Amino acid sequence: MNESDFLKVVLPFKDKVFRLAKRLLVSREEAEDATQELIFKLWKNKEKIADYKNVEAFAMTMTKNYCYDRLKSKQASNLTLVHSNYKEKETSLDKKLEYQDSVNQVHVLIEKLPEQQKIIIQLRDIEQYDFEEICKMVDMKPTAVRVALSRARKTIREELTKKHNYGVS
Amino acid sequence: MELANIEKLVEKYENAETTLQEEATLKNYFTKEDVAPHLQEYMYLFSYFELAKDETYTKTVKLKPTKSKTRNLKWLSVAAAVALLISVFIGKHQYDEHQQRKKAALIYAQVSKGLKLLSTNLKKGEQAVATLYAYQSKANKALK
Repeated sequence: MNESDFLKVVLPFKDKVFRLAKRLLVSREEAEDATQELIFKLWKNKEKIADYKNVEAFAMTMTKNYCYDRLKSKQASNLTLVHSNYKEKETSLDKKLEYQDSVNQVHVLIEKLPEQQKIIIQLRDIEQYDFEEICKMVDMKPTAVRVALSRARKTIREELTKKHNYGVS
Repeated sequence: MELANIEKLVEKYENAETTLQEEATLKNYFTKEDVAPHLQEYMYLFSYFELAKDETYTKTVKLKPTKSKTRNLKWLSVAAAVALLISVFIGKHQYDEHQQRKKAALIYAQVSKGLKLLSTNLKKGEQAVATLYAYQSKANKALK
């Protein structure tokens, strides 16, 4: 497998890797480093990649594991994660801003979910993988994935409703 | 899409029972059409999903190790440690030599001082003996 072959396989899903990393690691820089590291890891194992039927699923699993490791070492060294792309805004009169706020709110709500639900929401609702693939990526049974996904979706929607009602009253 | 239908799909969606096609239908409804007020939360939700999908990795992909910088730093610290060790060793060596030389100089000075003292005293003795000789010879002459 030469360089251009490798890139042909890897580049189509590099954004998905990046987005999953960002979902878990929060900061953009961290996610960029993780993506780069992951692609480099795949490149080092390029001989093995040829044997895998689904490189993308394999890469997503690797991303998940890599991010978990990063998070663990972060907790160990007592570093806190800072997200840079969201700012809580005051309630504004502008309808458009209000809409923007509520959309941003979803981002924050997902951030508050347990890691596993975060991953599953990311893989299903944003990347639109089918259940079979998600089960492989997160190494869980289909029923467990569905339960986690349902819980995540309900939590987000309920929180949004709560926020919305609070804003109105 | 009928509202009743959407409501049914939403319920299925929350139970994680929708297929990808059904989820696409929902997304289409919530991002494109006028949304019923009681389903407004879903509009935000699906708008966010749509938005989040647009984020891309913009940096160029490198296939060479990116760790070279840290590796250089590592070797640099090793080199610094070795240099420090060598310089301490040589310094200690030089210092010892210097101390020794100082000691030798001190001993030399003391010894030479002692020798000088000895020689002056010997000279005194010699003079005394010489005068004694002179007395003796004079005395001998007188006695003869």
